[in-house]
Amino acid sequence: MGAEDTAVRAILEIADDCLILGHRLSEWCGHAPMLEEELALANMGLDLLGEARALYAHAGELEGKGRSEDDLAFLRREREYCNCLLVERENRDFAHTMLRQLYFAAFMQPLWQAIATTSSDETLRGIAAKADKEMAYHLRHAGEWVIRMGDGTEESAARMADAVTELHRYTGELFMASPARAAAVASGLLPDPETLRAAWDQTIATVFRAARLAAPEIRTWQKGGRDGIHGEDMGHLLAELQFMQRAYPGQTW
Amino acid sequence: MSAPAQTSGKPSDTVADFELARALETASAVPDPEVPCVTVADLGILRSVSRDETGGIVVRLTPTYSGCPAVIAIEMAVQTALLEAGIDARIERVITPAWTTDWISDEGREKLRAYGIAPPVGSSGGRRAFFSEDTIACPRCGSTHTTKVSEFGSTACKAHYRCDDCAEPFDYFKCI
Repeated sequence: MGAEDTAVRAILEIADDCLILGHRLSEWCGHAPMLEEELALANMGLDLLGEARALYAHAGELEGKGRSEDDLAFLRREREYCNCLLVERENRDFAHTMLRQLYFAAFMQPLWQAIATTSSDETLRGIAAKADKEMAYHLRHAGEWVIRMGDGTEESAARMADAVTELHRYTGELFMASPARAAAVASGLLPDPETLRAAWDQTIATVFRAARLAAPEIRTWQKGGRDGIHGEDMGHLLAELQFMQRAYPGQTW
Repeated sequence: MSAPAQTSGKPSDTVADFELARALETASAVPDPEVPCVTVADLGILRSVSRDETGGIVVRLTPTYSGCPAVIAIEMAVQTALLEAGIDARIERVITPAWTTDWISDEGREKLRAYGIAPPVGSSGGRRAFFSEDTIACPRCGSTHTTKVSEFGSTACKAHYRCDDCAEPFDYFKCI
């Protein structure tokens, strides 16, 4: 891969994270436990889709092969998506969804902040400055729910503890740099994910302490998403995400 | 950054550009599709109206939130208003610097309040503590005895509040 291809790939990793998690949140429409959360989940999903759109448009332009944001979002095969496994995990219950959101936002907020201030790419800095503000309230909203549920009733605490057991093993992949990411770090395009670990650890420790949750010791981190190796959940997600474009190619609003 | 839109050049040292002035006036008056009591200039999303190197008029707009579904509607509304005024302009979307509620003009804040939407309080900041709350005054009775019902509302930019004195539910334009 040339320098530009790796830059495109590195941006797509972030774009795919945002698209897939945004889609997961959209699946809650009509199913949230209460109206206020219905609005919250849709709002946060929309932020993530907006961030993904901006990143896809930019990646498509850098790539220079005429691929639009829609082509990148809807017309790739499963193996070509390079999102981390955490974001594709199914929604399960509200505890799983909010914990997944906390894990992701606690990583993304310092990431956007670092991109906004240090990236060599002006467009990326602009996208990041806006996304940073959005991620700050995703983080607060998700963190407050994890605390409420973890330190809540017997039922909510048990569900939150289950979510931690299930999802914590997916968080290691956030900090692993793919070859494309390593090249982007070297060129000054993106920060090294390892440098974000201290901020993430601190956020999670603060929330878990208030939520009376314990982080499990993980021996083997789940990984593979950055190489396009996804779990079973991903196929089901893409079937819905891509249906319209696959059934009616070129369909536009 | 308080001025929502600037034209290039000072009136004193340039020949008056009536078309450009009219374009600025026309674009500034376009209402926001979601919050029609305020204009795109009041909100600070109209960044500039100027001429490019070929002499064409360029209108720069910036989105409020990354996923704001009104972005295209706003761009089309501005383009349409200009066309109806007989002005051919190019609309450009700018993302840097990122929009902030700090750019909402004092006039815009007052229009929001009169419309029943509490304007953003304070200056946009970064991360806030978990469970931290701002004191928001009821746009109807002015009481600060209010309760947040939901941080998320009918559009990305608003939260739901309730006044505990006059019992009126109201929208709050979030500070970002």
